[in-house]
Amino acid sequence: MVRVKLWGSLSDFADGKEVVEVEASNFKQLLDRLGETYPGLKPQFERGVSLAVDGTIYREAWFTPISDENEVVLIPYMTGG
Amino acid sequence: MTFQSGAKRDFQVVGKRLVRPDGIDKVTGKALYGADFSAPGMLFGRVLRSPHPHARIVSIDVSAAESLEGVKAIVTGWDLAEPEDEAIRDIRDNCLARDKVLYDGHAVAAVAATSKSIAKEAIRLIKVEYEILPHVTDVDVAFRPDAPAVQEGRSDETVPEESSPNITRRFEFGHGNLEDCFAKADKIVERSFKTAATHQGYIEPHACLASLGSDGRGELWCCTQGQYLVRTVCSEILGLEASQLRVTASEIGGGFGGKTTVFIEPVALALSGKAGRPVKLVMSREEVFRASGPTCSSSIDVKIGMTKDGRITAGEAVLRYSGGAFPCETVQFGSQAAFAAYDLDAVKTHGFNVMTNRPKEVAYRAPGAPMAVYAVESVVDELCQEFDLDPLEVRLKNAARKGTLSAYGPTFNEIGLMATLEAAKAHPHYSAPLGPNQGRGLSCGFWFNFGGNTCVSLNINSDGTVGVVEGNPDIGGSRASISMMAAEELGVPYEKVRTVIADTNTLGYNDTTDGSRVTFAVGLATIEAARDAIKEMCGRVAKLWGIDEEAVIWENGCAKPASSNAGDFEPMSLADIAAIADNTGGPIAGHYEVNADGAGVSFGVHLCDVEVDRETGSTQILRYTVFQDAGKAVHPDYVEGQMQGGAVQGIGWALNEEYIYGEDGKLQNAGFLDYRVPVASDLPQIDTVILEIPNPGHPYGVRGVGETSIVPPLAAISNAVCRATGVRMTELPLSPARLQKALQEA
Repeated sequence: MVRVKLWGSLSDFADGKEVVEVEASNFKQLLDRLGETYPGLKPQFERGVSLAVDGTIYREAWFTPISDENEVVLIPYMTGG
Repeated sequence: MTFQSGAKRDFQVVGKRLVRPDGIDKVTGKALYGADFSAPGMLFGRVLRSPHPHARIVSIDVSAAESLEGVKAIVTGWDLAEPEDEAIRDIRDNCLARDKVLYDGHAVAAVAATSKSIAKEAIRLIKVEYEILPHVTDVDVAFRPDAPAVQEGRSDETVPEESSPNITRRFEFGHGNLEDCFAKADKIVERSFKTAATHQGYIEPHACLASLGSDGRGELWCCTQGQYLVRTVCSEILGLEASQLRVTASEIGGGFGGKTTVFIEPVALALSGKAGRPVKLVMSREEVFRASGPTCSSSIDVKIGMTKDGRITAGEAVLRYSGGAFPCETVQFGSQAAFAAYDLDAVKTHGFNVMTNRPKEVAYRAPGAPMAVYAVESVVDELCQEFDLDPLEVRLKNAARKGTLSAYGPTFNEIGLMATLEAAKAHPHYSAPLGPNQGRGLSCGFWFNFGGNTCVSLNINSDGTVGVVEGNPDIGGSRASISMMAAEELGVPYEKVRTVIADTNTLGYNDTTDGSRVTFAVGLATIEAARDAIKEMCGRVAKLWGIDEEAVIWENGCAKPASSNAGDFEPMSLADIAAIADNTGGPIAGHYEVNADGAGVSFGVHLCDVEVDRETGSTQILRYTVFQDAGKAVHPDYVEGQMQGGAVQGIGWALNEEYIYGEDGKLQNAGFLDYRVPVASDLPQIDTVILEIPNPGHPYGVRGVGETSIVPPLAAISNAVCRATGVRMTELPLSPARLQKALQEA
């Protein structure tokens, strides 16, 4: 199981949990399965989220591998100027 | 994605201060900017804008304008299509209003005519009946539950019920137990801050030339930071297929984030489609101020606890940003960046986006971060003063480093904050003496950076020269740095490489030039494209020599036998191989397509000395030094230029720049005479110290450098003013009138 940290206002839609566990081996599976378990997360997922794996931020890469040995954090979708 | 990140490399081209490829064109006027394009039969467009900050459009009567000789087309918001994407519908409604006008300057209708004067007269003849609605331009007023609603029904699921209708989204970040950690502090300071909306202030106004035929095929030339984004947005707003709209980016006279959207391009296309002729549309400076996007205005509450020996125990902030009359995401970045420089056991930020009757916000260099960092760094400085602690030592004591759980969630890996702080501490600036009414300020800054979608084609020409085709407008010297990385990898002189920017139909999709991404992501793709071409060249040489491909290596611009076991062959240069390409398999090219990740965050530290005239309240910048981690500075001149440019824009933000609205909701200073950006005579030399802590996510260690430099100046200057005067200012800009009043009241 991968432990996924959620940012504060996202945890409101995961029964208040700041960390959720999910069976997933990549970013796409993580999004799909979290969306199934916590449907309230889906609107934010549709607007866009980024994934930080061991401190490196991935914006869209569905096939980014993750495992229970990684620090996995969901953060809002990154843009810039 | 992995690269040879650990390997030390002796660069031959990268890191040198080489001649910029666009210099002569720009100083001689040869370079073509957005307004320089023209076409046979071209019409001139003009936009009618709302004089009201908030009103319902009851009717638009264009009959008199239509009958004016020379008028060829008139469009309103109802001539545009219905995009599926909500964000693009907002852009459409910003380009031309439909039911309501939402700010002073909001576009209502547009005309195309055979001359500028006829277009101007036609605009005057359009009659719009408005029903005036109550307006709100201040973020704190708009935050109240009883505030006039700028738009109804735009709050999403994150916004608590009973909130102001203008709050569209809420963000929360952080970790730890605030209550316990604040209890460990010897002193807690709480302050509220406000910052004004500021404009990116690019010298070139938005300009475009559009040609759209009745067959749905279009051509668009425009100044933009992203031609692919323009294509996507305009296609949806016009109901076109993306492949049928070719967008070509002109040279760009500054963007700084402000040209990452569209304002006039869909309007020009709609006019052209209706008139059947090309239409040129150029914004005036007044239109740029009134109707293109400034950054957010903000109102921020900060609470920080510190022990008397300078350890920060906890931090909390509430950030209210207004991105104008539409939903806006910028506050999330401020909420994440606010405490990013610190290693904290407990931290929490709460961000709210609030709509006001102001123009739709557009990104501005590290969007959202400068004002958040200003508020936090001001309170940290106040606590340092309270305990009589050296502000730099306090930063060193609390600085985020490898292994720090960041305030926005992930744990940092390799970052350069400690190195930049140590460099600042060791620099002569930090210990230089100060005179009367002078003060020294310090601030850290942070920005995420990112990579994104990128395509590069690299062509080996038959004469041994190299052409690189990339898809990102060059706003900060990227053509030079891309050419340098291609030359480095191929082992050819820089002068043999030319990099050009493709139109949307020449190269695959590229994300916009933003997020400090181009030197990182396009550079990465260029290096990989060069390696692809090298592989092809080595393969052909192997065939010529009759040996295995693996037995040929690339070294110093030549294919060579990998060892004496591979045979005794004279090395073949890139030019040798290119000259016989026809005989060995045809044209040689390298390609790379990637959605690049691993950009690596960036930190900076700014030192600033000011002198305040207590009589007039004016602030002079005496000395300014920027310390920033660039990963690897590909072209140090350009890196320094980014560091200096960000600092100067931040100086303007801190001291003078602001959108000023009257009680009537109208912008009062829509021009450079009244909206005061810093000019050369206001500034000292901005000194720079580049640090190079390699980014493991890039083959040469590159990090983005374009945005971080605007983050620290607001706090650095405000802290310097406080130390010069003894007065802590909590509202920007520190204009002479505001500072003089505060000094008198102190």
